[in-house]
Amino acid sequence: MKELVGKSVQELRALLGGKAVSAREVLAAHRQHIDSVEPELQAFNCLTEDLAARQAARVDKLIADGEVLPPLAGVPIALKDNICVPGYPTTCSSRILESYRPPYQATVAERLQEAGAIFVGKTNLDEFAMGSSTENSGFKPTRNPWNTAMVPGGSSGGSAVAVASGMSVIALGSDTGGSIRQPASFCGVAGMKPTYGRVSRFGLVAFASSLDQIGPLGRCLEDVAITLSVISGHDGKDSTSLSLPVPEYVKELTGDVEGLRIGVISELTGQGMDAEVLESVELAARQLGQLGAGVEEVSLPATRHALAVYYLIATAEASANLARYDGVKYGYRHRQAEDLLSMYRASRQEGFGVEVKRRIMLGTYALSSGYYDAYYKKAQQVRRLIKEEFDRAFARFDLLVCPTSPTVAFEFGARTGDPLQMYLSDIATIPVNLAGLPGISIPCGFGKSGLPIGLQLIGPTLGDAQVLRAAHAFEQATEFHKKRSPVLSAA
Amino acid sequence: MNYEPVIGLEVHAQLKTKSKIFCSCPAGFGGNPNEHVCPVCIGMPGVLPVLNRRAVELAIRSGLALNCEIAEITKFDRKNYFYPDLPKGYQISQYDQPICRRGHLTIGGKEIRIHRAHLEEDAGKLVHAGAAGLHGSEYSLVDFNRSGVPLLEIVSEPDISSAEEARCYLMELRNILRYIDVCDGNLEEGSFRCDANVSVRPVGQKELGTKTEIKNMNSFRAVQRAIQSEIDRQVAALERGERIVQETRLWNEATGTTHPMRSKEEAHDYRYFPEPDLVPLVVEREWVNEVSAGLPELPEQRRTRYVEQHELSPEDACLLAESKELSDFFDRAMLAGAPAKAAANLLMGPTVWYLNENKIEFSQTHITPENMKDLIEALNAGTLSSSTAKQVLFELLKAPGDVQAIVKEKGLAQMSDEKGLTEVVSKVLTDNPAQVSDFRGGKTKVRQFFFGEVMKATRGTANPQMVNKILDELLTR
Repeated sequence: MKELVGKSVQELRALLGGKAVSAREVLAAHRQHIDSVEPELQAFNCLTEDLAARQAARVDKLIADGEVLPPLAGVPIALKDNICVPGYPTTCSSRILESYRPPYQATVAERLQEAGAIFVGKTNLDEFAMGSSTENSGFKPTRNPWNTAMVPGGSSGGSAVAVASGMSVIALGSDTGGSIRQPASFCGVAGMKPTYGRVSRFGLVAFASSLDQIGPLGRCLEDVAITLSVISGHDGKDSTSLSLPVPEYVKELTGDVEGLRIGVISELTGQGMDAEVLESVELAARQLGQLGAGVEEVSLPATRHALAVYYLIATAEASANLARYDGVKYGYRHRQAEDLLSMYRASRQEGFGVEVKRRIMLGTYALSSGYYDAYYKKAQQVRRLIKEEFDRAFARFDLLVCPTSPTVAFEFGARTGDPLQMYLSDIATIPVNLAGLPGISIPCGFGKSGLPIGLQLIGPTLGDAQVLRAAHAFEQATEFHKKRSPVLSAA
Repeated sequence: MNYEPVIGLEVHAQLKTKSKIFCSCPAGFGGNPNEHVCPVCIGMPGVLPVLNRRAVELAIRSGLALNCEIAEITKFDRKNYFYPDLPKGYQISQYDQPICRRGHLTIGGKEIRIHRAHLEEDAGKLVHAGAAGLHGSEYSLVDFNRSGVPLLEIVSEPDISSAEEARCYLMELRNILRYIDVCDGNLEEGSFRCDANVSVRPVGQKELGTKTEIKNMNSFRAVQRAIQSEIDRQVAALERGERIVQETRLWNEATGTTHPMRSKEEAHDYRYFPEPDLVPLVVEREWVNEVSAGLPELPEQRRTRYVEQHELSPEDACLLAESKELSDFFDRAMLAGAPAKAAANLLMGPTVWYLNENKIEFSQTHITPENMKDLIEALNAGTLSSSTAKQVLFELLKAPGDVQAIVKEKGLAQMSDEKGLTEVVSKVLTDNPAQVSDFRGGKTKVRQFFFGEVMKATRGTANPQMVNKILDELLTR
């Protein structure tokens, strides 16, 4: 049984297709592994056992009937708990939604289901995806499987941990300013934020609508590519989803980076980055050069403003997106209020955590009469500059690289007292969201403490395939992805 | 001092789409509470709006009918405020790039400019237990059936200078929207709602006075009364040397006055910003041209045509064109060959009376254009008198029928038989000897009485000219 944990999508497919194992057995093996490691790691808010059992039974029937297996048949997947699956709570790790069960299905969940995936559970996150360590969860901390004294990153910490620890083969996260890539980096897995509009946001509980994007996490690039093809594509329920054909990304993984022009972003490979991180990223760039790519430095001065711009735009949108949690229709309501206003106040005061309230207030302020021009509007203008700067860079380069995060995973509590310090954790990932570009984090080394380091590759709009191709070529040429977290290698 | 009022109106017109503006729930009036709702229109987490193109089309149609410019690119914005009937905590509306701008309509020869018209979603409805409003109620319930119904907010320039003119503007606006079939225009059901901005200034002064906004007016009469009452209040206050406070005031139908609701300081900061869940909409010119080509004749054009082509008086043309249904029928009767003046009279007089009396719409009646033509012919030929024609008209409105058949069946043909009529008149005179001697004694007014008696005896079918002639003969004999 144990040997079924830690497999890739294609390995499982071969086993299932050859009738060597059943989807039920694959699920059971993962369940057993979850039972043993989840109590310490705390990656899941809930396990979707009944649903998983039904999905596994359906795959086994397909196998028995000799049908062609869909791309993710029998593959255990974990979904971030801000993605709606009917019949189970979707909490966003917030007390305000603790009891909320959506009656509708996220488009990505629907597509995964059709592709034969098995949903093992809903993963923990920073409340409403606001944070970089999953410490802002309203319920519990999730621990890093490489070292349980460390945070897993965030906000998709639960999803990154599920994949890194082998509790699932793949996972979905959401990325608003780095929430897939940064935890992928901290947990030593691959995590991709696709081009904005590539994946439908219908059924993803919104944090900042113009930045949010769902994406896959996996232990290898092939798994990420297969999953991305499944979840991508136009959705009539999301007006911002792009109506363009979806490539079969796995076919793009040719290993060929010959002649690829790669720019190393100088602003994100200097001050503020840990030396061991910079060292690994430099080595990685050199490695890409040895594979045939042309590597040069490129300066993107406007990215220096990205953090400020992000914390105005994301919070402004969040202040409106989170207004619906008012105690009237669903979710937490303070029951002893005397009148409407005090019911609103008490429900939101008690239902939201500190960071969420901080961001709602920031965003409300940025949009207020008299401040709109100086903050929100100015931020939109600078966002445009950042986007244009990227566009110019992509006229000269096919891909840009930089570290995913300035550091490796840090200790619990190390940054909770200083929000700015925490925000800096996403300094290299945020510009990518502001420009709507595809970006991926892949393992490119280990720090002195043995914790994984992530390399970020950034592509032009809709350059998801070339991002995956380069990342895959790097992966195939290196051994970093083969090193498993202690929790998984012990399995 | 003499003061002149300056009035601008904001109208919220519900657009007649099948489904709501951002989801596929039915948009019509009615349904049990919270029956016409889905995760999108009750603002559940994770759902997204998808724009109903039909709502945009109706907005374009309205804009064109109101002589507006139609934006090439339009976008949506979030208007943020908390209220239990607003499920998302923001309303999707349009802030700085409305779909329609700079239009006008004409009332009695005066042009009233339209500043803008924009699309937005309606909110739900609160029902309070134990009190009229939220305050003091035991509990309140929300019905989201109306939430997400498309609205077109039409904002006039402050070109209106009396309460009467405000009422005329509203009636003309409603008439136009009904003509182009985009709005029911029902003030009571709330499918056509109006707020008024009112200020006054000394005659001759250029700067505008401080304005107040008046809400809660549920009929044309209420709009006129509320605005007049507010004008009077402001003038009285200024004459007492007081200042007008910028505020929102509620009209109270029972007391006939307005009272303060919230001051400028208490006004919401709506924190508008572009709606990131919807992409800006490019309104292709071909689409606008297509909508424009499909536009029917508008009230103003119709009135002109009635005067020029059918030689109706401007008053009659105005009255007739006020109802699209009635004037549509009039046009069809003209095509059938009915004479204009007689048809207009029959429609505006007895037909309107009949509709009001029976509380029905014209569409619920059965008369055909051919019926109208036959009826007028019978009238002109002397087969029917104006009184019997009315009776036939009512029969035709009530059920499908034929003029000749009704005349025959009800015995309504005009009595022009001289011998028969002479007998009836003789009998009336014989039966009323006292009145006859009064008449002969000089009280000529009694003649009316004899005429009436003859009509009564013939159930209105007697030919009036002949009755007069015979009366003259017999009385002077």
